[in-house]
Amino acid sequence: MKNKFTIQQVVAAGIGTALFVVLTETQIPVVIVPNTALQVRAALLAFIAAVYGPVVGGIVGLLGHALGDAFFYGSVWWSWVIPDAVFGVIVGLFSKKFLIREGGFGGKQIALFNIIQVVANAIAWILCAPILDILIYAEPANKVFGQGAVAFICNAIIIAVLGTLLCFAYSKISTKSSSLQKED
Amino acid sequence: MGRKLLSYEQKDTWIDRLCGVTKLIFFLCWSITSMMTYDTRVLIIMLVISIILFKISKTQWSQVGSVFKFILFFLCINIIAIYLFSPAEGVKIYGTETILLGSGRYALRAEQLFYEFNIILKYFTVVPSIFIFIVTTNPSEFAASMNRVGIGYNAGYAVAIALRYIPDIQGDFRKIRNAQMARGIEMSKKGKLTDRIKSTTAIIFPLVFSSMGRIDTISTAMELRSFGRHKKRTWYMARPLKRNDYITIAVSVLFMIIALVITYADGSRFYNPFI
Repeated sequence: MKNKFTIQQVVAAGIGTALFVVLTETQIPVVIVPNTALQVRAALLAFIAAVYGPVVGGIVGLLGHALGDAFFYGSVWWSWVIPDAVFGVIVGLFSKKFLIREGGFGGKQIALFNIIQVVANAIAWILCAPILDILIYAEPANKVFGQGAVAFICNAIIIAVLGTLLCFAYSKISTKSSSLQKED
Repeated sequence: MGRKLLSYEQKDTWIDRLCGVTKLIFFLCWSITSMMTYDTRVLIIMLVISIILFKISKTQWSQVGSVFKFILFFLCINIIAIYLFSPAEGVKIYGTETILLGSGRYALRAEQLFYEFNIILKYFTVVPSIFIFIVTTNPSEFAASMNRVGIGYNAGYAVAIALRYIPDIQGDFRKIRNAQMARGIEMSKKGKLTDRIKSTTAIIFPLVFSSMGRIDTISTAMELRSFGRHKKRTWYMARPLKRNDYITIAVSVLFMIIALVITYADGSRFYNPFI
């Protein structure tokens, strides 16, 4: 148990969730399709998952979205909460490859990060969300797939811009693992 | 960030005195039922019960009004969108077609109206229960009670930290935004899309990085106090389950089972008045 869940992960999950909730309202609406917007919190989720791994990513996605929806909108759309958790887990699975904490988030990692985030977004929003919407709310298929596609595009864009920048900047200020040099 | 968040307010009602875990179980049963069922009879009964509970919990309109208006707005958009995307969804579901008005793709059908009426009901059955849950549950007590339903205390603690720090981070957010506005960065909704992304960046970066610092500080402090050393921990805010808690849990679970049995009795989750 202790190895699976470190203190830092517990705290990161908590603070990450709080950040996610606070950023719920920081969004740039896309008027055409209801309930979708360029969500800043998506970029935050990608960043937190990329730094702290799948467990934290999953918790922040699930809890953050559920709490954020509940506090701000007074209702929880489980069909959109679960995809966020899925997204957090998928991006988190590759967290070791991104080398963000080690200060090694360079060209190759940026490319990898963006490929993974696009794939994870596709799985979450084009696959999970519409299917859950149909299963839970029995909404028309073309409507939910339309919404899902818009959510996918919006999230992919905001994460490609803001998420990458966050990872890059954080990687810059965190200590490089090879920053200590042997004195001659 | 102008809108008021839903938040806990202590009131001396029996709902308030229930354990957090009881309310969590009720809330989960309630939302599962309302997600699964499309049975109009069940939904109407649920709506009536939630309105009664809402009254009992003495929740004031001022606590939830602004959020409620927001939900109504979203609901309207959603309902209209469903109609635009699929004006004959109800026909597919109920198997009959009764045209009330007009013709062609966007003819107004009784089935569609009934289907969308059910969607509205579904929203309205869940919303009061969330209002009650948030407004009557003390966050610290809630985190303590998560531990009781078998969720590990690590996860419970993550929730506790999240609930504890939401107001703090919100405060940070406001401070940073005001500081950036004082520097002349446009934060209003008037700006272009690229400008708005830029101005958001000006808030996000300080906010996220100060929070990353916070994570390090808190986890160091917790490590110094040997968090996670033992398999169990006690909670200051934990309350023992009382008679009312057991009754509520039993009633919630029973209600869920009965509601689902009624819903699926005829083999479909929809109640069909058209045949």
